[in-house]
Amino acid sequence: MRDELDDWLDANIALLGITVPPEWRQSVRLHLRVTRDMAQRVAEVPLPDETEPAAVFRA
Amino acid sequence: MMDYGWSSAGAIAAAVESGAAGAGEVIDQTLQRIDRRNPVLNAFTTVTADRARARAATEPRGPLAGVPFAVKNLIDITGLWTLAGSKINRERPPAIADATLVARLEAAGAILVGALNMGEFAYDFTGENSHYGPSRNPHDTTRMTGGSSGGSASAVAGGLVPIALGSDTNGSIRVPASFCGIFGLKPTFGRLSRAGSFPFVASLDHLGAFARSTMDLAIAYDAMSGPDPLDPICADRIDPPIAPGLHRGAGGLRIASAGGYFRIGAGPEALAAVDNAARALGVSRDVELAEAARAREAAYVITTAEAGALHLQRLRRRARDFDPDVRDRLIAGAIVPAAWVVQAQKFRRWYRERVLRLFDEVDAILAPATPCIAPPIGQRTFVLDGQAMLLRPNIGIYTQPISFIGLPVVAVPVPQADAMPIGVQVIAAPWHEDVALRIAYDLEARGVARAPRPPE
Repeated sequence: MRDELDDWLDANIALLGITVPPEWRQSVRLHLRVTRDMAQRVAEVPLPDETEPAAVFRA
Repeated sequence: MMDYGWSSAGAIAAAVESGAAGAGEVIDQTLQRIDRRNPVLNAFTTVTADRARARAATEPRGPLAGVPFAVKNLIDITGLWTLAGSKINRERPPAIADATLVARLEAAGAILVGALNMGEFAYDFTGENSHYGPSRNPHDTTRMTGGSSGGSASAVAGGLVPIALGSDTNGSIRVPASFCGIFGLKPTFGRLSRAGSFPFVASLDHLGAFARSTMDLAIAYDAMSGPDPLDPICADRIDPPIAPGLHRGAGGLRIASAGGYFRIGAGPEALAAVDNAARALGVSRDVELAEAARAREAAYVITTAEAGALHLQRLRRRARDFDPDVRDRLIAGAIVPAAWVVQAQKFRRWYRERVLRLFDEVDAILAPATPCIAPPIGQRTFVLDGQAMLLRPNIGIYTQPISFIGLPVVAVPVPQADAMPIGVQVIAAPWHEDVALRIAYDLEARGVARAPRPPE
């Protein structure tokens, strides 16, 4: 059954110009789902707005 | 004549410096051994024989005089394609200069003998590669080396070179070091120059080294560390060399084992390795790295998103030229919402602050390097904590929460009788590679840590 992951996948590969043939789709969708599940658990940690992201940059 | 295949880098350098051996004979013997063993191990993708012989003829001097080494093929070698395990990169121009770390090892007298196989674009924990074939584990050639620095570990464990370079974003040095039973050093994030290496995840990429002894690892590290104007991330720090102080061992250091997350899902071999190391060091306390599971997940999110973005144009134009196992993960990564990545980077700061507090109480932490011994090549799933999981993304569960915040780690082989090798992570506070290496050296001196010689 289609769900929001399928909608997101279709919209974003179209936006970015990536072609996903049917035989790759299940695997790509699986990886997207795993990432979504992980990102949701990371998002459960309440962080202050002031928390500095840790991406590296030095002026 | 010495058997250079199983000699330490230190012993080779001492023989060459004293005139007891010539660099030319070391290189000839090394190249013969690569010719004989590489068809089985598939560790090398290119052997730079002419370059090595020419360099040996100059009779190099230094702490690594005449020592053969090789590098993961994402590290630039003048005149070669920097493949990063891909087919696609063969269409880029060849490298016009050696990477900083290659130049520094050669300045210390070492001699480059080739480029090493790896998982495509480093997005891999297996050492498998659909273009060039899998690198093979010298202890059982039907088993994985681990990845992505699979060729590096295979070459060192198989006695082809005493020192190899690799990269570690989420565990790509520590996992293959564990599976192949050798020592691996993933230094502090920003310690070793990444200049002249093909990137994977800019936020998490580290370069490091493999060896069959702690001393060799320290000698190579000392030769490579230091600021580099070619790498904006490389730290402006010069610390004293580590090799001369290794003999101090673990005396006076406070060491703990990682509990909780780092014991859940670990197989019996992994737990036995950590417990053997802890016992030998007299470790009696456990510490908890709170939220390690989420740290690993945040590392996963950042990795897939940055890697997907890095390869976006190639995914648009020629997705069929990727290794399929890598391609599908990169496509998923390319469409990750930005908010997930930003949250993961904020969480990284939060987690770092909490973990660093542990280092007020202890100097180093022991943890498993891998949950299991090397699986057979081709295996797709494994059982972790009672659950069937995809193998490829999950071998790094114990390495990811550590590299996520850039802590220095030595992966130490702790062999058990009649079993495949497995390793332990010795984790130290940022910029304290010396602490992790001293503990590794201590374990080696006690006979607990050792790179076993595989059958041939």
